[in-house]
Amino acid sequence: MADHTSQPAQAGQKSDAGYWSANVRIILVSLVIWAICSFGFGILLRPLLSGIEVGGTDLGFWFAQQGSILVFLALIFFYAWRMNKLDKEYGVEEE
Amino acid sequence: MDQFTINLLFVGASFALYIGIAIWARAGSTSEFYAAGRGVHPVTNGMATAADWMSAASFISMAGLIAFTGYDNSTFLMGWTGGYVLLALLLAPYLRKFGKYTVSEFIGDRFYSPTARVVAVICLIVASTTYVIGQMTGVGVAFGRFLEVSNTAGLLIGACVVFAYAVFGGMKGVTYTQVAQYCVLIMAYTIPAIFISLQLTGTPIPALGLFGEHVASGQPLLEKLDQIVAELGFKEYTAHHADTFNMVLFTLSLMIGTAGLPHVIMRFFTVPRVADARWSAGWTLVFIALLYLTAPAVGAMARLNITEMMWPNGTSGEPVSVEMIENEQRYDWMATWQKTGLLGWEDKNGDGRIAYFNDKNAEAVAKAEAAGWGSENELTNFNRDILVLANPEIANLPSWVIGLVAAGGLAAALSTAAGLLLAISSAVSHDLIKGSINPNISEKGELLSARVAMAVAIAVATYLGLNPPGFAAQTVALAFGLAAASIFPALMMGIFTKVNNKGAVAGMLTGLIVTVIYIFLHKGWFFIPDTNSFTDADPLLGTIKSTSFGAVGAVINFAVAFTVSKMTGAIPKEIEELVESVRVPRGAGAAQDH
Repeated sequence: MADHTSQPAQAGQKSDAGYWSANVRIILVSLVIWAICSFGFGILLRPLLSGIEVGGTDLGFWFAQQGSILVFLALIFFYAWRMNKLDKEYGVEEE
Repeated sequence: MDQFTINLLFVGASFALYIGIAIWARAGSTSEFYAAGRGVHPVTNGMATAADWMSAASFISMAGLIAFTGYDNSTFLMGWTGGYVLLALLLAPYLRKFGKYTVSEFIGDRFYSPTARVVAVICLIVASTTYVIGQMTGVGVAFGRFLEVSNTAGLLIGACVVFAYAVFGGMKGVTYTQVAQYCVLIMAYTIPAIFISLQLTGTPIPALGLFGEHVASGQPLLEKLDQIVAELGFKEYTAHHADTFNMVLFTLSLMIGTAGLPHVIMRFFTVPRVADARWSAGWTLVFIALLYLTAPAVGAMARLNITEMMWPNGTSGEPVSVEMIENEQRYDWMATWQKTGLLGWEDKNGDGRIAYFNDKNAEAVAKAEAAGWGSENELTNFNRDILVLANPEIANLPSWVIGLVAAGGLAAALSTAAGLLLAISSAVSHDLIKGSINPNISEKGELLSARVAMAVAIAVATYLGLNPPGFAAQTVALAFGLAAASIFPALMMGIFTKVNNKGAVAGMLTGLIVTVIYIFLHKGWFFIPDTNSFTDADPLLGTIKSTSFGAVGAVINFAVAFTVSKMTGAIPKEIEELVESVRVPRGAGAAQDH
């Protein structure tokens, strides 16, 4: 009987760990995109994008003033959608 | 009806609306006062958080800073939106799962230490009070202009108004009031921008107009702007001039600070479920982005309009004459803003003209002297914080638009000031008094102490707001640095690592103290003018300005916390379980009080 009660808890913990590492992976990928679009394209890599013209200036300027904000929005909604799906895959969603 | 009456009408009507909502939704119990009974929909919550977030710094100050600097100040745009990614991915869902009312409660419980909780409260109060100073600067500018009084009188009137309604409504009043404030402020920001974008580029969407064609010249707008500012000896608008390292650090400080500011984080405690906390961060950024995508267009277009106004015959023609400024209706804004002391011009060489150019640029000075306009810039003062408010007048828009902008600027400043005061008061009454000093305090006593804390905070902020350490957005940037260096690392380590109590306390204290000292060394001790040993033009460490130091403070915080935690042993089993449980949404119930 004791085994029966501890078994689901054990399984639950295992999947919790899997859930967490999947979450951390998604976060890392998202943050890499976050950094490349803002610090990268907007500031540090701007000289590389200087050949691509956008409305009287270059793509780096667009990323710094508008593009990065649009990417941030996309990232947050992607994360919310992906995590709410992941919750269900691992059965850890709220009742 | 004259402009003054129209402004009063718009400001008065919007205030009546907010106060009406606050009374209708007046907070009864403590739980309602702090977290609105957790019944707030993600979209509603997002809108209210956006209003809470977009303060005088975003509404009044930011476009002005972009207008006069150009590309280099894109840092504000990226910094103040990029932080939401950190908030949404690293903090919001877990803090909602934890299910308490305040940030310091999480820190106190997670680091199983009343000391950690008190230290968190101190960090929170320092960051929030600095933030309120920036708001009061903006409130002073807005009230000064619209009541046509001096900046100081405007500030004092504003302080009374902020106090009145922050004290009488709790979070619920504030939540629904802030939804109304969001609507007012976003209309006030975008409507004039649409008008101006139509005038200059023929495009009704300012964000597209910015990269569109300047109708009058047939050139791209930004190319035209680069050209005319360069002719007057100013730096090219779209070019990169600032120190790159400092730009990166500054952007990072604003981002981390955004995710560490308690009044924003608190918002995510008020959504019903963990899944909603994730969506809520996205909705918040949608509502913020509406303003942030418009702001760079407002800045660039205003710069173009101002320059063309000062040079009505083009930059190679003659400067505007004093006679035109005094007599032509479209120059009226210069006289009205001069009254606030935030705009100034002077015909220094007595040629009857006001020549506007960069008198720090030898080439531009030589050109001006050769043409007989004198060797000094005669537009002597243009406070960056007036640009957005003066913008509709500069573009000669209908008077109702000017009235609307007045109401919007005040909505932005007031909503944030109220949200911050709420965060400060709940930290003092809930965490400090009920949490540590007197756990048996009655609910009535708790509410009373919350209100007293609000009054004290606003008095301090008003006093310091009379001599602010910078333009509204710059003061606010300091607050972000403080939050970045102290609160964000503790929250993140609480969720993602198993750092112990001693590590967290040591980290928060070092991060906060080092950052405060760095700021005071550059901005003056307690922001008292002339007590600084360094300036941001020539900072203590390399090119790191005091506004950018928050990111360094955060790194120091993490490093100290990990080192101390390594040396002092593991966390207890029940705390390990708490960390595990915060990481999964399952079982998130309603919040509990202590």
